[in-house]
Amino acid sequence: MAVFLQNLVNALQWGSFYALIALGYSMVYSILMLFNFAHGDIFMVGSYIGVGVSMALIALSAWGNVVLPNWLILVLTILFSMFLTSFVGMIVERVGYRPLRNAPRASAAITGLMIGIILETGNLALLGARRVSFPSLIATATYDLGGVFVTNKKIMIVLVSLLLALALHQFVRRTKWGMAIRAMAFDFSVVPLMGVPLNRMIALTFALGSALAAAAGILFGVAYPVLDPYMGILFGWKAFVAAILGGRGSIMGATLAGFLLGFTEIFVAMIFPSTLRDLIAYSIILLILTVRPHGFFGEPYSARLRL
Amino acid sequence: MAGNLWKPYSRVPLLGWFFGALVAVTLERLAGAPLAQFLGLQKIPVLFGFSDMLKTPVSIPNVLLYLLAVYVVPAAAVTRLGASPANGIAAALYRFPMAVTAAVHLALLYAVLHVWAGASDYRVLVLRLTLIAVMLTLSLNVINGYMGEFSCSHPGFMALGAYCASVLTIGLFVDAELFGAASLSPALGRFLFPVALVLGGLLASFGGLFVAIPSFRTRGDYLAIISLAFLFIVKSLIENLEFVRGPRGLSGQPDWADLPTVFLWTVLCVWSVNNFVRSTIGKALNAVRDNEMAADAMTVDTRKTKIAAFLFGAFWAGVAGGLFAHVMRYVNPGNFGIQNLAEVLAMVYFGGLNSVYGSIVGAVSISLLGEALRPLEIFKWIIIPLLLILVMIFRPTGLIAFRDLDVASLLKPKANPGEGG
Repeated sequence: MAVFLQNLVNALQWGSFYALIALGYSMVYSILMLFNFAHGDIFMVGSYIGVGVSMALIALSAWGNVVLPNWLILVLTILFSMFLTSFVGMIVERVGYRPLRNAPRASAAITGLMIGIILETGNLALLGARRVSFPSLIATATYDLGGVFVTNKKIMIVLVSLLLALALHQFVRRTKWGMAIRAMAFDFSVVPLMGVPLNRMIALTFALGSALAAAAGILFGVAYPVLDPYMGILFGWKAFVAAILGGRGSIMGATLAGFLLGFTEIFVAMIFPSTLRDLIAYSIILLILTVRPHGFFGEPYSARLRL
Repeated sequence: MAGNLWKPYSRVPLLGWFFGALVAVTLERLAGAPLAQFLGLQKIPVLFGFSDMLKTPVSIPNVLLYLLAVYVVPAAAVTRLGASPANGIAAALYRFPMAVTAAVHLALLYAVLHVWAGASDYRVLVLRLTLIAVMLTLSLNVINGYMGEFSCSHPGFMALGAYCASVLTIGLFVDAELFGAASLSPALGRFLFPVALVLGGLLASFGGLFVAIPSFRTRGDYLAIISLAFLFIVKSLIENLEFVRGPRGLSGQPDWADLPTVFLWTVLCVWSVNNFVRSTIGKALNAVRDNEMAADAMTVDTRKTKIAAFLFGAFWAGVAGGLFAHVMRYVNPGNFGIQNLAEVLAMVYFGGLNSVYGSIVGAVSISLLGEALRPLEIFKWIIIPLLLILVMIFRPTGLIAFRDLDVASLLKPKANPGEGG
């Protein structure tokens, strides 16, 4: 039982990375009906920006008279990096997706893939092949809850990601911009006629998704401090699977599916040898998609898919 | 001026170009080394001098001079002067059955490639890998271009073919510690190698079923995920199979995939893909892509069509994988990952969807570019993606999309206007 609970805690942490990244995929998909294949690499860029921002803040607090407590540095790092990374997302949209809005969707997928490769290689060219490690801002405190070990980092990661998912949900449900995004997901061609600035809303969507990816990147850096330029590839593709599994453009679906993917991977590794993790986890996903081809919360396959 | 220079060449048949190229590559074999020495180059520029020019920019004029003297001028001169005899021969050949005409052209093309590649082992390797890339790109174009799905499982099919063929050849013909002593003599192997490749292709086809059957109920992004999951599963499966040495990979394949073998298989692949996409079922692929419901209403059996496309595409991917394993003589599951997927997708979309020409152009140009830009090290991976983004922005369906490969009109003699059509 303790082992089960322990793995549950680990799975919650692992799933929250997937959930945050999947949200970005899902947001963009609900509007443009295409997947931003550079998203995994935006997660990576966000993580590196996080390293830069936190180092700058540490240096500032060491040099200046204001001594910032470490938790404040972490909070500021998350906020600043989310802000900066949202610009990366908007640039990607402007360069890679806007010129291709009327092209076949597969072409846009290819530009996304290529932008991803450029981001990875650009990072490698700028920083060299050495691995960058995330500065440790908060000391790990471990709590023993009846044989289950929970660290303060894990609690923070799960809470922050749930909070962000909830915030996004509220934003999309309650604000005027959120309403515009939902309207565009409903009907892309009529909404501009109602006076909604199309390009600005699409840029906003990319910015939101990228900000969440940056948050995921920093949380990842807190949990696993060693970063490398290719870390976004596998995370990106797996979160893409989660976004599909959740259903088209569903925020709740993407969050749930992200956690579900985390659970599946961790629990498969618990029961079977860990080398079988991908094999069994993806067979389960294949099975789910065979039964529910449109995911948990998506609409069934229809002529609306713009191919 | 440029128009006048170009004008005589518009009447040169394909045969004439082959003659010109043959003369140029023969000249390089005979006089390339002394000429390179004379121009102060260490050895003959291997891949049209790209790497030499990028490594030592000082040598650019010399390399260009070399290229001009060896390739451009002789080829241009022979092509120009030999235009009318070539037209005569082409016209004579054209009266034979198409198979004979095509065989003569292919033999000439092979001769050109053979002489060119004979200069160094590196050229042979690059050429073989390029031909394999052509096969892969063509087979993916059947699914992604002609049928309009976004299939991500191609490296998985390739892995199935590569491992199946490798296990057969290593197990039967090689004294490996893995599968014990050879049970058949290696002399027989040359003849049974195609059987191993075909079996690899069939296994890949069988894998294709796992993606084809879900495609009845869903398409687009959900199918992309299913195929991606398939890729992860195949890779993970091979990593866990101890009898093919898991992640450590399989090595010691016999060296049977030499240039003529790979060339023959590539020709076979181009021929069969070209016939497939122009057959009734090939036209049905386009119908399914453009509107599945309408196709169904027009009595197209959409299920049969989808199955056929996946099995066919997967078969050639498997054969290409088998050849790849025997060219590299080492495979491991890491060869068939997301990186490989991105490369093949890039070739398909760069060259052009729905087009045999396009796939050939895409595969050849991306492979050669990848080799030529090697001295730039990691910046290569900034330049090639940038190029692809530009192609996608300005020609979203690729360079040469939606063009049929019509062999008859390609091989036709191009008579002078005075002599009539």
